Order: sequence, then C-alpha cells, then structure tokens
Amino acid sequence: MLQEPSGGLGSPAHRARVFAALGDATRLALVAKLCGGERRSISELAVGSTLTRQAVTKHLRVLERVGMVRCVRAGRERLFEFDPGPVGEMREYLEFVSAKWDEALGRLKEFVEE
Amino acid sequence: MTSDRIGLDRIEKRIELKAPVARVWRALTDYREFGEWFRVKLEGPFAVGETARGMITWPGYEHLVWEVVVQAIEPERLFSFTWHPYSIDPKVDYSKETPTLVEFRLEAVEGGTVLLLTESGFDKVPAKRRDEAFLRNDGGWTQQMKNIETHVAGA
Repeated sequence: MLQEPSGGLGSPAHRARVFAALGDATRLALVAKLCGGERRSISELAVGSTLTRQAVTKHLRVLERVGMVRCVRAGRERLFEFDPGPVGEMREYLEFVSAKWDEALGRLKEFVEE
Repeated sequence: MTSDRIGLDRIEKRIELKAPVARVWRALTDYREFGEWFRVKLEGPFAVGETARGMITWPGYEHLVWEVVVQAIEPERLFSFTWHPYSIDPKVDYSKETPTLVEFRLEAVEGGTVLLLTESGFDKVPAKRRDEAFLRNDGGWTQQMKNIETHVAGA
C-alpha cells in the first residue's frame, strides 16, 4: 500500500494507523513507560533497553505521527509525553467488534436456553 | 450476566448459560446449530485444520460468504477458529492477511455453563483493511440489528 490512508483524527483511517503504530513491541513498551502521565526524555526512555537514543527517537516519531505522544520542550531538553486520545479511538473500534459479539452471544444464549 | 474486558489487541467475554456443557458444546460445534444462532448456512461439519464456509443468512447480507479455519476442537472444553472479522467485501482477497483468533472455552458450573470468549490479534489486522471493514459494517449492521429488534418486539 503506497497511499497513505486518508482521514483525520478520529476517522477509521486514523484509528487504523494507531493500531499499526502499536503493532511493534518496542513502541508498545515506550507507550507503557509514558502512559503513567510523566514526561520523559529520550535518555530516560532508553534506560533499561538495548536501544540507542537514535532508535528510541525513531520509534517516538512513529508514535508522534499518529498523535499518541507529544514532544514538548523544557529548556534545552526535549521531553515526550503520552496523549491518551488515539488509544481512546482504538478502544472505540474494539468496542464495535465487542458489541457484535454481545449480539451473537445473546442469540447463542437464547438458543441453548430455550 | 455478561462481563467483558477489552485490551489493546483483544476482546474477552464471559457469559453464563443456563444449559449443560454438552448442550452448549453442540450449539458451538454442530455446524447446523452454529449456523442457527450465528446466522450462517455452513456447507459441512467443522474439522480441525479445515476451512468452514457458508453463506451468511443475515437479511441483506445473503450474497456474502462466511469463512473460518478451525484451529481446535477439544470436546466440551475448547473450540477455536481464525477468521478475518467483518471481511465482507467480495472483491477483496483477505487470505494473505493475518487473521484474528476466536476461542470459545467452556466450563461447567452449578446450574449451567460458563462460556469464555476471546478474540485476539487485532494489532495484526492490516490498517487498510480495518479501515474498510469498519466503514462498511458500521451503518449496515447497526440498521440490521434495529430491524431484528423491531421484528422480535412485534412478534
């Protein structure tokens, strides 16, 4: 797929990009470190991993592009913080699939209990 | 009655059914019974490693093929299959995409059966496809559900 999916924040296309951004163990680990709400520097985020600062930066940029993290400046330092918005969008998709299961399981219940 | 948990890549549901495990097992794994409540007319029995296929019997979607690959049949314990959820565009070949895994686990409890449903692997569903699936399904299925509700309420 060469074409970037269209659609702004909150659209199904955007939701799809959020899923894709999270489909990577390193980025999932970065999100886990950030989702407590504290701002962290690239060095802090690299602690305890085998990743270089450059590699961490690359992954953070992917997350930044889908709006999952924000880069903020504190003096000379760049800090990254979590933005819960896109995760909320993703939950919305799973809730849609979940609702379909509720309907199907409701029919199963009626079927076996009659 | 039903409880659920939605993680980043999975859906888990737990439902109590007032029916013996053997009854629920049959409703899940007998292809005709499965088709009754799942709304699909399957061509033949489920078999491990085999593709199960049939036409959807949901009003308005009867032209669509429903297809899963059975992963496990452990009598009265576990039934699982992989599929491409809401892959309803007949023009798209979904076969090369990573499917999600659906697992039904049964447990006997006093007065009936607990069914644990897990669907996992949503993080692997390709961006493009998820996008399309969501767009195509949302309005249509919501409307169909309303039709059914009206039908049942009037019956």
